Amino acid sequence: MLSRLVLRAAPAALRALPPPVAVGVLHTTRPLHTTQQSLAPVPPLPEKGGEVRHGLIPEEFFQFLYPKTGVTGPYMLGTGLLLYLLSKEIYVVNHETAAAACILTVIVYAIKKFGPDVAAFADKLNEEKMASALAMKNDTIRTLQTAIEEEKKEQWRAEGRSYLFDAKRNNIAMLLEANYRERLLTVYNEVKKRLDYQVALQNLKRQKEQDHMIQWVEKNVVQSITPQQQKESIAKCILDLKALSKSAHATV
Amino acid sequence: LPAAVLLKDTKLMDVKLGQLGSWLSMRDFTPGGILGAIRRGHERFYNKYINVRKGGLGGLSMVLAGYVILSYMWSYSHIKHDRRRKYH
Repeated sequence: MLSRLVLRAAPAALRALPPPVAVGVLHTTRPLHTTQQSLAPVPPLPEKGGEVRHGLIPEEFFQFLYPKTGVTGPYMLGTGLLLYLLSKEIYVVNHETAAAACILTVIVYAIKKFGPDVAAFADKLNEEKMASALAMKNDTIRTLQTAIEEEKKEQWRAEGRSYLFDAKRNNIAMLLEANYRERLLTVYNEVKKRLDYQVALQNLKRQKEQDHMIQWVEKNVVQSITPQQQKESIAKCILDLKALSKSAHATV
Repeated sequence: LPAAVLLKDTKLMDVKLGQLGSWLSMRDFTPGGILGAIRRGHERFYNKYINVRKGGLGGLSMVLAGYVILSYMWSYSHIKHDRRRKYH
């Protein structure tokens, strides 16, 4: 689309260029198309041809003689000429004259009878040709107009590209944000894992120290109980038990 | 004051009878000139009588009549012998 705009701007830009200098050197720099004359549009054909009287003599001849001799002038001229040719036998009457008379009669009769029909037929052919050419032209014009409208619509659509870009930018920003937050979460999780590990390590260490200390204390205590003390404690326990049993017996 | 037109450029119908000889001598009789004259004449006739929307009988019949007269003129020398009178 942008290339089309550039192409449209190019001829205008070329026309706006200053005319080339050095006119005397090359003959390619004279300005073109400055006269009014041009071949298009071609003027339409005239409707009827020049007027011809009796199928043979153009009307201009009669108009040429009318001011001097009136209406009958050319006919008198024709009659006089004919008589002159016949009397001086410049036109010789022989067998060919008879043949010509017959042929001319037949031709004139045929023309008078079938002329209008043939003319109508030829006119119909012409009309068909013109109609087909006109239809082609109208079709082309219509196609070009639809193309123009399509182009305008495309241009209108191109105006909305700012919205498109905003939407795309929003999308991308959202993606980036989501990705960032994902990574943040990952980082948090990892850090938490490491910290938990350290905490667990410390707890374990403390627990182990405690257990070890307890065990050591117990062991030492057990070791410190000498056999003498053991006997004394056992005798004391027995005495206590007897006393207790006595008190229990008494209560029951 | 209308500008005087050169004799060379006047049309045939505007030439006075006395100037006809000099006018004729000024015409272009080179082969190119003759060809141009034939072409101009043909174009005038064609555009007036044949190249129209509703052409008539006159265009073709004038050509045929011209052909008839020309062929009569060319064969006059042997039609002469069919004349009925000896002295005219």
